[in-house]
This record gives sequence, C-alpha cells and structure tokens, in this order.
Amino acid sequence: MLDTFFNVEIMKAAWPILLAGLGNTLLLSVTVVPLGLLGGLMLALLARLHSPWVRWPLMAWVDFFRAFPPLVLLILLYAGLPFIGIELGGFGCVAIAFFLNTGAYYGEILRAGIDSVPTGQTEAARSTGLSASQTMAWVVLPQAVRNVLPDLMSNTLEVVKLTALGSVVAMPELLFQARQAQSLTYNPTPIVVAALVYFALLWPLVRLLSRLENRALRAG
Amino acid sequence: MIEAIGLHKHFGALHVLKGVDLRVADRELVFVIGPSGSGKSTLLRCLNRLETPDAGSIVVDGIDLMHRRTDLNAARRRIGMVFQGFNLYPHMTALGNVTLALRKVAGKGRAEAEALGLAALERVGLRDRAGHTPGQLSGGQQQRVAIARAIALEPRVMLFDEPTSALDPELVGSVLAVMRELREDGMTMVVVSHEMGFARAAADRVVFMDHGQIVEQGPPAAIFEAPQEARTQAFIGQIQRH
Ligand SMILES: Nc1ncnc2c1ncn2[C@@H]1O[C@H](COP(=O)(O)OP(=O)(O)O)[C@@H](O)[C@H]1O
Ligand SMILES: [Mg+2]
Repeated sequence: MLDTFFNVEIMKAAWPILLAGLGNTLLLSVTVVPLGLLGGLMLALLARLHSPWVRWPLMAWVDFFRAFPPLVLLILLYAGLPFIGIELGGFGCVAIAFFLNTGAYYGEILRAGIDSVPTGQTEAARSTGLSASQTMAWVVLPQAVRNVLPDLMSNTLEVVKLTALGSVVAMPELLFQARQAQSLTYNPTPIVVAALVYFALLWPLVRLLSRLENRALRAG
Repeated sequence: MIEAIGLHKHFGALHVLKGVDLRVADRELVFVIGPSGSGKSTLLRCLNRLETPDAGSIVVDGIDLMHRRTDLNAARRRIGMVFQGFNLYPHMTALGNVTLALRKVAGKGRAEAEALGLAALERVGLRDRAGHTPGQLSGGQQQRVAIARAIALEPRVMLFDEPTSALDPELVGSVLAVMRELREDGMTMVVVSHEMGFARAAADRVVFMDHGQIVEQGPPAAIFEAPQEARTQAFIGQIQRH
C-alpha cells in the first residue's frame, strides 16, 4: 500500500519533475491572476458608462464567458487558433482563456464592489476638485476592493486551481508533470505528491479567506 | 460672489427648481430654510455643479459654471462643500482625508500638503486627531474633519448642506463653533440648516424655499419674527414648536 501510493524512491526520482511543474503553476498563476484582474477592472469600469452601446455588448460578453466552460474555451483556442494561422502555444492559450473567463468573474465582483461604495464618497471627492478618474483611483476603488476582498480571494483560489487545466494543452504545470512522472514510473505516487503540493499551496489562502469571511460576518 | 439666476432643475417629471435666483455677496452668510423636499439641497448642489441645472446661469467668484469650457475641477477647488452625512473617506486617516485634494488637485508635495492639512485640522480643533480614521471619531469630529478637508483648499465660498442634522444634540455646538469662526474670518457661506439660533446670531440673510421656489427672504429677525408670506409663517411656526 505504502509502496503504491507513497513510494519514497519514486518520490525522490519524481521530485525534480514535480518541482519544475510547481514552478510553472506558480508562473501561470502570477500571469493569469493579474491578467484576469486587469480584464475585470476594465469590464467593471466600462460597466459604469451608461451608454446602451456599451452596456449591452458588455453584458453579453460577461454572460458568455461566465457560461462558457473554461476547459472547452481552452481546448477551442488551442485546437482552433492554428487553423486561422495563430500559433500561441499552451502558455499563450491558457493566458488568453483565463483572461476571458476569469476576467468576466473578476469584473462582476469588482462591479459589485464599486456599486457598494456610497455615492456620497464620489460627491465629496468631486466637490474638492478631484476628477472622475482620480476619484475612482483614490476614493472608490480602494473601498470597493476592501468590500469584496473575500470574493476576490475566493475567485483567485479558483483561478489557481484552474491552472491545472493547462495540462490538457501540454502546459508543463504541476498536474501535467505529475502525470508524466506517473506514466514513466507506472506508479500513482507523483499524483499523490502533486495533490499534497496543491494543498500546501492553497491551504494558507483558504485559511486566510475564512478568517476574512468570518470577520465580514461579524462586522455585519 | 455667487450669482445664480433663473435656475430650473427637473428629475424626470419632477420639477424641483422652478426659476430660483440667488445672489450672495462677498463675505455674506446666507441661510436657506424650507420644508423637506423643497429643493434646498438641489439648489446648493447646483452651485458647485454636482447637479447640472436644466436652465439658468451660475457664476461663482467670476467663474461661469455653466460654460462648456469651464474647468469644473479647478472651479470646485474654490467652492468648498460640507455634507449632512460627512462623507469622509473611511479608508484614510483624518489627515489623509484633508491632504488628498491638496496633493492631487492643488499639486502640493507630500510635506507641504501635510503641513497645510495639519493647519486645517488645527483650525477645526482636531490637530491631535490627525492619525485617526473616521471610524474612530465622533460625528461632530467627523464633520469638523470634513470642514477641514474643504477649507484646506482655501475656497472662496463654502456650501453647507444640513451640516448638523445627522449629529447628536450635544455634538452640534462644536460644529457650529467652527462655522462661526469661519464666518468671523470673512468666509462667504451658504448654509442649508434649521439651526435657528445660529441663523439669528450669524446669518446676514435668511432665504425661505418651498416647492422649488424662493418664497421670501430677508434679515433673520424679519423672517423669523415677522414673516410676510403665509407659507413662511406656517413653516416658521412649525419649526419653532419643536
Ligand atoms: N437625484 C435625484 N433623483 C430624483 N429625484 C431627486 C434627486 N435628488 C432630489 N430629488 C427630489 O427632488 C426634490 C427636492 O430634493 P432636495 O433638493 O434634496 O430637497 P431638500 O434638500 O429641500 O429636502 C425631492 O422631491 C427629492 O426627492
Ligand atoms: Mg436636503
């Protein structure tokens, strides 16, 4: 049993491979999270323009990418783009798919955050001469982010987990590397180790999140 | 200092300002009273263009606020506003609240902005609270920080929209004291408030509004003691009974 799932020899052999995978997972995460946040911020700011020419396409965009399974989106990009002459490789496809998918989620969260800031804040800022964009940057956004921090973190957690999807387009992230090692060694130990690594990576985030959520609950 | 002529404002089908003329001289303190919903806040908010009137002209300190090419942000620096709900930035300290516009609008460096900010807090008696966040201050203190935030920019005019009506009675005095000092320093002020005692002591003129129109105006004694219009009499009678 221990030899099957927790084989120390195999663990030693697979470790460098897994470590490279972890490196790629982290690289993917620190690319994809800021990209998604940036996309989300753009969507949230666009949502403040009240023109119907912006509103309806924006709503369609957000709905579409929230409804579209990210795995399907990723495979579609990876398999489809080469046919129109665009070769992005695994990393590029993952980055774009996440920008589209996770940006839509971040966008909705940030929009709710911006809506939660009382209009009196904007009025006070504008009355001192701050421009609309200065008001957004210095007064509204900091409060908006603080108000939806648990949601932002929980989405970030999802995003880091979803980086495992990169394995289906041969991105050598943690899961992909673990499967490689498994097929080389004919032993599930690398997968078990990968699972533990994911857990070690995400558990502190989960803890922090529940503390934030509890605090938010207590604050009412 | 302020010349607002022929102001009209609609919210949808609701006609909120129906041809209001308001002139305020340099160093004058004008009190605006009237029933809830009569358009006092809307009038005040037109004076710094937080609200855009549908018709009329507004000139403040020589700046035409209705002109398309007027830089409203620059103009608003000269027109301080204090709100009923304080509207302090909760994520900043008192000093941060006061220095934000000094840095971003007036373009002061950090050190200069902080010196000016502390001086403004000093004027409202809260220099020792510079590092506190709004949540750590009483309502009266918050409103005084809000006043400091406005006066730090050295405005030519101050607009007050019911500055004391969200306060516990025992905290009202500290805010009125700050307003009285501003008055003594020669600040031009338009104050929407029902603090009759303060009006009597400090106002040059009281304006009574009802249903989007100025019904009657005059010196405090005349308006409070001998109002001419029936609607003014009814309103004064009502608030004096309270
Ligand atoms: N942004 C707005 N949208 C729609 N109606 C408004 C808005 N602001 C004020 N009103 C309406 O205009 C009228 C006058 O409001 P206001 O100027 O706040 O009166 P006051 O300050 O004298 O109580 C009220 O009937 C109010 O409901
Ligand atoms: Mg009002």
